[in-house]
Amino acid sequence: MIVPFEHILVLAGLLFFLGMGGLLAWRANLIMMLVCIEVMLNAVMLVFVAGSARWGNPDGQLFAIFIMALTSAEVSLALAMVVYLHRKKRTVNTDMFSEMKG
Amino acid sequence: MEQTIFYILAAAAVLATVLAITEKHPVHAILFLVTSLFSMATIFYLLMAPLVAAFEVILYAGAIMVLFLFVIMMLDLGHPEKGLAPHWKEWLPAAVLSGISIASLVLVIVSRHAAPAAPAAMPTIREVAVRLFQEHGLAVELISLQLLFALVGALYLGRQAKSGDSK
Repeated sequence: MIVPFEHILVLAGLLFFLGMGGLLAWRANLIMMLVCIEVMLNAVMLVFVAGSARWGNPDGQLFAIFIMALTSAEVSLALAMVVYLHRKKRTVNTDMFSEMKG
Repeated sequence: MEQTIFYILAAAAVLATVLAITEKHPVHAILFLVTSLFSMATIFYLLMAPLVAAFEVILYAGAIMVLFLFVIMMLDLGHPEKGLAPHWKEWLPAAVLSGISIASLVLVIVSRHAAPAAPAAMPTIREVAVRLFQEHGLAVELISLQLLFALVGALYLGRQAKSGDSK
C-alpha cells in the first residue's frame, strides 16, 4: 500500500457523494442522472480495488471487473430506454414521463 | 514519489468530477468525466491492479463514455439553454445532504486510527485470472447471460416502430 487505506476511503467517499449530490441536483435530466450513477459506481470500484491492495486478496479486483461488466449492461439498457423515451416525447426531462401515476 | 502522484491524481479526479457534475453542457460533462476516469485508472495502477486499470480505460473511458456521446449527439441534447440544468437553488439540498455524508464519513474514518497495514503480497495477473475462472466461474457465466439479456433488451427498445404501430 502506497498510501494509508483511510485516505483512499476518503477519496472514494468524496467521489461517491459527489455523484450522489449530482444525482439529486440533476433529477430533471435523464442523461446527467446516468452520468452521476457512473461516478458513484466508479467510487465503489475504487473501494474494492483498495481493499484488494490492503489485504492482498485478488477478489477485490475481480469484483471491480464484475462491476464494470454490470455497468456496461446497465448503461446500454438505460441509454436504449432514453432513446425510446426520447422518440415518444422528444425530451429527456424526467418530469414529462409521469403517465404511469395512479 | 508514488504518494505524491497519488494525491495529485486524487485531486485531479475530484476536481474533474466536480466540473463534470456542475457543467451544463452534457458533452463537456462527459469529457470532464473521461479525465476523471483516466486519473482513476492511474490510481488503480498505483494500487497494483493493472488489469482493472486497463479495463477502466478500455471499457469505461473507451466504450461507455463513447456510448453516452453517441446518444447525446444522436438525440441532439447538446443545448444547455433548454432549461434542464438545475437552478442553484436545486443544488442546495443536494450539497447539504452530500456535505453531511462526506463530513460524517471523514470523521468516522479519521477517528478510527487503524493500525498501518502490513504490506501484503500483491496478486499477479495470473493469480487473478486463475481465481476468476476457477472460483468465480458461475459468476462469469451469469454476467455473460446478463450481457446477452441487456443486448436483447437494447435491441427490443431501440427497434424502429412500424408505421402506425404506436404514437
